[in-house]
Amino acid sequence: MSLELDVRHEFGTFTLEAKISAGEGLTALFGHSGSGKTTLVNIIGGLLRPQEGRVVVDGRVLVDTGRRIFLPKHRRRVGYIFQEPRLFPHLTVRQNLLYGRWFRHGKEGAQQLEQIVDLLGIEALLGRGPAHLSGGEKQRVAIGRALLANPQLLLMDEPLAALDEARKLEILPFLERLRDELKLPIVYVSHSMAEVARLATTVVLMEQGKVVAAGAVEDVLSRVDLPPLGTFRGTGALLEMSVAAHDEQYRLTTLNSAAGELHVPRLEQAVGARLRLRILARDVIVATTAPNDISALNSLKGHVAEIGPFHEGTVDVRLALRDESSLVARITRLSLDRLELKPGVEVYAVIKSAAVEGEGLAPRQAEIDTRALEL
Amino acid sequence: MNWHSLLNFSPDELVAIRLSLKVALWAVAISLPPGILVALILARARFFGRELLDVVVHLPLILPPVVTGYFLLLLFGRRGPLGHFFYQVFGITFAFRWTGAVLASAVVAFPLMVRAIRLSIEAVDRRLEDAAATLGAAPVWVFLTVTFPLILPGIIAGAILSFARSLGEFGATITFVSNIPGETQTLPTALYTFTQVPGGDEGALRLTLVSVVISAGALLISEFLARRVARKVSGL
Repeated sequence: MSLELDVRHEFGTFTLEAKISAGEGLTALFGHSGSGKTTLVNIIGGLLRPQEGRVVVDGRVLVDTGRRIFLPKHRRRVGYIFQEPRLFPHLTVRQNLLYGRWFRHGKEGAQQLEQIVDLLGIEALLGRGPAHLSGGEKQRVAIGRALLANPQLLLMDEPLAALDEARKLEILPFLERLRDELKLPIVYVSHSMAEVARLATTVVLMEQGKVVAAGAVEDVLSRVDLPPLGTFRGTGALLEMSVAAHDEQYRLTTLNSAAGELHVPRLEQAVGARLRLRILARDVIVATTAPNDISALNSLKGHVAEIGPFHEGTVDVRLALRDESSLVARITRLSLDRLELKPGVEVYAVIKSAAVEGEGLAPRQAEIDTRALEL
Repeated sequence: MNWHSLLNFSPDELVAIRLSLKVALWAVAISLPPGILVALILARARFFGRELLDVVVHLPLILPPVVTGYFLLLLFGRRGPLGHFFYQVFGITFAFRWTGAVLASAVVAFPLMVRAIRLSIEAVDRRLEDAAATLGAAPVWVFLTVTFPLILPGIIAGAILSFARSLGEFGATITFVSNIPGETQTLPTALYTFTQVPGGDEGALRLTLVSVVISAGALLISEFLARRVARKVSGL
């Protein structure tokens, strides 16, 4: 399953020019509002005809302006989950779910109703009308409806944006299951770094209609040469780790990977569970000798891999850890000179336990913490 | 006045009542399909001459009905271009026939029907139609499964409005098809006849009461239907 896209579209003074290829898993289109993310998704879904370019899903040409091909939206087999659920008000939840399947009757490989209902936990809602559902329930039904139309590609345009934090937390685990259990490429539009860090396999960073960076999420988020993402959420790298042990006395959880060990506030996940942690650059301290006698519990050994451009008095430094995963540390230029940091220098990355954001931590709290820091 | 005699309908009166209902029902039936189509065009299509179509559709609403009736006579009379065509091709005559009364009623009530349906089409959330299309529904199916159910309350309202307007049609009818008992004499024209002859008061009163009952009944039924459908459509 794959998506290949190369389009150009102009309206007014805005020019969208993007080339993207995405495979299995979740590809996040990330950028400010007005960067062209939704326009791009509308081109894939057939809601907008690009002036120039090609869109190919799994070898099937949806758009090729050179060959005058423009497949209408009802023949694209592209599931689209909008910001608002857009359920049909005159149909029950069950009828909404089965709507798309009716038009694709007899096509092989269709997801079964029971399977999807089970995956999304909407069994109890089947007989109700959409007017009687909460915002989160509606969005789950909308996701189910799109899946049951048997799409080859799923588009999600900020599906969580219209929901409050509690509803977001209700939907996120389902999105993770979709990503992991269905062999379906997902294109996910977002301007929330927390969502991207949690869900994305691949990230496409967009600015003013152009792709600024694209690649695996760990690589893009740990790049230090990009214009500061701090305006969005603060630069921060991702680490994949497993739960090694829980310490009930101190209410701590120990995580490990080939990069080393981390101690974080007690998590819910069972021992053995894999986690994705997001560690903000401003929470990482760099030391050239093994640190002792400080309150921070975590230090990971590595070396300086790359030093980014200066921003005023600070600089982002990418540290390569023992397992070749990366952390980014935001330090002052003064520290950079005093420690004589250069690519290759051995260092210790010191991380305060309370600063670790993982899937087990409520993203909501993390978001509030960082906003407070940014102010 | 003898109040018992208020229920003693004469054969002519009964014929007029029955004819009125028949004419009004036929008028609604033949104007519904074009009414929905024109409402869709006016609400959605963007083309040169749309304003002109809008004006033409609304003309019968603002013209004196007698003028509309005279137009119909010119166009659909035996020697009128359209009247000639319908007679040659379908064998239908309009002038001085009940079919002409149907045509007059339909034309006069048409703008009311189109307005009601058009308003409901403009109120449809088009994003729902986009959603239906991405789920695999071709445009025709989008209309039948999403748009049509959502505008059904507007269609019902338009149909009842046009039924009531047809029932009261006088000016265009009497100009186009005259006032022939048993053929083109409807409730209003029969009532008018009663007021023109000595001793017609009782008959006029009877027909007045019948008009009130039919109109009020239509209104009650439409309210009931519209509320039921609206509730079903909104999913409450």
